[in-house]
Amino acid sequence: MPAMQFQVAAPPHVIAGFTVPRVMFQVLLALAPLAVVQVWLFGPALLLQLGVAAVTALGCEALALRLRGRPVPQFLRDGSVLVTAALLAVSVPPLLPWWLTAFGTAVGVLLGKHAYGGLGQNPFNPAMVGYAVLLVSFPVEMTRWPVPGPEWDGVTGATALDALRTGLAQSYTMQELMADPAFGRVGAAGGEWLNLAALLGGTYLLLRRVIRWQIPLAMLAGLALPAAVMHAIDPGAHAGALFHLASGATMLGAFFIATDPVSAATSDRGRLYFGAGIGVLTWIIRSWGGYPDGVAFAVLLMNLSVPLLDRYTVPRIHGHRG
Amino acid sequence: MSSQPALPAGLRLDAHKTAPLQHPLRVAPAPHVAVLALDQGSGEAAEPTVAVGTRVGVGTSIARAAGHAATDLHSPVAGVVVEVAVRSTVAGVGLCISIENDATDARDPALMPVDWRALDGVTLLDRLRGAGIAGLGGAAFPAAGKLTLARASAVAHLVLNGAECEPWICCDDALMRERAADVVLGGQVMLAACGATRCTIAVEDDKPEAAAAIAAAIAAAQDDRVELVELPAIYPLGAERQLIEAVTGREVPHDALPPAIGVVCQNVGTAAAVARFVCTGEPVVSRIVTVTGHGVAFPGNLEVRIGTPITELVAACGGYQGDPARLIVGGAMTGRSLSSDLVPTTKGVNCIVAATLADLASRDPEMPCIRCGDCAAACPARLLPQQLHRAAQIDDRDALARLGLAACIECGCCDYVCPSQIPLTARFHAARLRMQLHDAERHRAAEARERFDRHERRLAEQAEAERLAFEAARRRARGTGPT
Amino acid sequence: MSGATLLPAVGLAAGLAAAIGAALGWAASRLRPDADSLVEQIDALLPQTQCGQCRYPGCRPYAEAIATGTADIDRCPPGGEATVHALAALLGREPRPVDPQFGSTKPRQVAVVDEERCIGCALCLPACPVDAIVGAPRFMHTVIEAQCTGCELCLAPCPVDCIELRPAADLPA
Repeated sequence: MPAMQFQVAAPPHVIAGFTVPRVMFQVLLALAPLAVVQVWLFGPALLLQLGVAAVTALGCEALALRLRGRPVPQFLRDGSVLVTAALLAVSVPPLLPWWLTAFGTAVGVLLGKHAYGGLGQNPFNPAMVGYAVLLVSFPVEMTRWPVPGPEWDGVTGATALDALRTGLAQSYTMQELMADPAFGRVGAAGGEWLNLAALLGGTYLLLRRVIRWQIPLAMLAGLALPAAVMHAIDPGAHAGALFHLASGATMLGAFFIATDPVSAATSDRGRLYFGAGIGVLTWIIRSWGGYPDGVAFAVLLMNLSVPLLDRYTVPRIHGHRG
Repeated sequence: MSSQPALPAGLRLDAHKTAPLQHPLRVAPAPHVAVLALDQGSGEAAEPTVAVGTRVGVGTSIARAAGHAATDLHSPVAGVVVEVAVRSTVAGVGLCISIENDATDARDPALMPVDWRALDGVTLLDRLRGAGIAGLGGAAFPAAGKLTLARASAVAHLVLNGAECEPWICCDDALMRERAADVVLGGQVMLAACGATRCTIAVEDDKPEAAAAIAAAIAAAQDDRVELVELPAIYPLGAERQLIEAVTGREVPHDALPPAIGVVCQNVGTAAAVARFVCTGEPVVSRIVTVTGHGVAFPGNLEVRIGTPITELVAACGGYQGDPARLIVGGAMTGRSLSSDLVPTTKGVNCIVAATLADLASRDPEMPCIRCGDCAAACPARLLPQQLHRAAQIDDRDALARLGLAACIECGCCDYVCPSQIPLTARFHAARLRMQLHDAERHRAAEARERFDRHERRLAEQAEAERLAFEAARRRARGTGPT
Repeated sequence: MSGATLLPAVGLAAGLAAAIGAALGWAASRLRPDADSLVEQIDALLPQTQCGQCRYPGCRPYAEAIATGTADIDRCPPGGEATVHALAALLGREPRPVDPQFGSTKPRQVAVVDEERCIGCALCLPACPVDAIVGAPRFMHTVIEAQCTGCELCLAPCPVDCIELRPAADLPA
């Protein structure tokens, strides 16, 4: 029988076929409930924000890839920048002027991602970089949230976390503040529905194994435990755990923002510390900090600690003593 | 029968084993020319004891192992030695003995069954060494060597590896279904040889027929030292250290071998070979090989003489069909890819796959690592492949050592799950080679430093001795008396 | 800011700076790494060829010179770029190419005595810094391949030029 020649390849010869675009697509899918609820509460402005952010993100990414001499179509197709754009678009107030959204997206993609080397190299969460720059540079526009409700009339008002901060500073008690229309049944009015939708999306990601449980659980615990303890000690001056879990960007942060794999810690134990740190910092900033919601800054601060966490939480290798 | 806790990591893979197992074991025809590589896969070559023109029968010794990683070789056919030369082998190139088959299939008359119960352990080990029993799980390391170390370490527990976790390979499954009694007998002989008191045969739970056959054989042997354990079908539970952890619950320290914790592990095929040797006197001249893949007409499990060229083996299975793109020796995750099918089988070849594109996975172009951590979740050695990858990219040897690159068993699990399609296993293999070379150089440099220090000390002592002698001579010359 | 608040603020900042600076200075002097251990660390990075191309009689004297600052890190041709980089990383300096006036980096080589031409004069034996040549006057001389560092010091003493350098087969030890 004549001999045959074959092509040679290194093992393994079968792979699962998971790809980066698929992961990104599932994250976008999981954001859909949140987007729907946000439109229902605040009107279709979100769709404009998503569009502006997406276009800006793709444009900036293409520009950066060309400047860096990388293959544009291959990297553009991976969808990671669309996730950044979507996260930013749902985080900013829906009535934010579109050019601010574009500016924030551009800063996030260019300064937060490509300045460090592109996909896989950014130490900070790019969406949060953009958000933080916007928040610090345009504090008024960034805290102007419309009143949630079936009427989309563009009237803006304080959010529950806003009211919490100013009210507690003026020595109102929690019980008095809870009567404020900004508060819903358990958390912020409107905000509690947003958090529920984000929780739904996050559960989907967990079940599909796109994210792992360590960061979301640790973050929620890190936020809920101090809140519960302080609320038990002084109910008048501190909001309870359920309120914190149902207000602001808690669930969005826990399941979508903190879980950004590139800027998060890499070992299981490191992820627990990472998530817990974000939760605790969020609670501290909400209680005593200068901004109503602390998720963005908490994430950025814990991003700083990731190299340290990675260094000191290497798991025990098989066959090595602890 | 008992169940053990699962491996903490690893993957559940599609086995693709049904096609070859549809038919019972067949015997492949003996090759026209048997080509035996002197290095049967363990990395060390045996030394030939025959020359061109020597007439041999089936089972005649043709090579002796000089070092402890080589195995004795015996002729798988009756005929004449026609060549002793360097040829292509499964592992690369190496010296091979080619024997032309004279079609008589005459057994070497000196072969005799062994009354193993009458022999003491050390003698039994010697006989096993002379029979060329090698690890038929793929490593081809001499079984007698492992068992000798086990005896010296007073090992109590023998584990027979019937896990066969890798997709495509099912030769051990076929063996256990049809020759379970051989496996159990082989286990008993090995217990006597190494002095262990307990034998566990480990089978994965996706092989119910094989498990039932083994259970029946154990019952028939009425030996309560031998037991069957069923393990979950997770890849790579069949890797030695992972298997030992699953069966005994203890980890083998990274810088030691299994006998250090009182365990020795052998493949079920090796046990069956031992049984055949003691029953008939026949040394290892054949083994069961799975031939599979969509590129072969009639996949199956065949008893193949060692040294059969792969072309003849494929022909025995109906030849190629379709468009086989890759020829793989081994399984889906760790199998080596060959460029030509002219190479002969060895004791370490357990599976031949003629893979078409339907069998293989296409890879997308490599993307940067997104640190998703799926690789770390899958790693059976509990490593952090994403960190190892980063360290390997910049060749940071300190980080690679600290992160435990040496513990990587190159199982391919990390590659399998990576969404960025990074060829991690190949990178780690290359990094390990570089580290080995670097370590060897450091070792040489340390030796050179020691020799230099001794050289300097010797010179200094010589100079001192000469000075003292000169002083003494000068004093004598001046007549001031001896010192 | 009024003077009442400015002065204390400036004073506090200055005081902090002074205190931290003093603490760092104390740490630098009291917790200085052992000078000896630095020489060991440098020596561990050198290839131990003991060839003298750096103009020091062996690797250890060169290591000592680097530690005291007498010699720069680019004088070792057998160590090549890898050694310069490793030394630069250890000492926090800029890596640079090996200075060509000290020699050129060659791949690993071993000396081989041509036994046909060797006259048994034993002049090469003391020349080897690691005693890798075996032999005696009027007996055959041979280089132990595993011990030879390729330093080339045996070539000069040989009166019949019967030693040559060949590339070493690169195998792990």
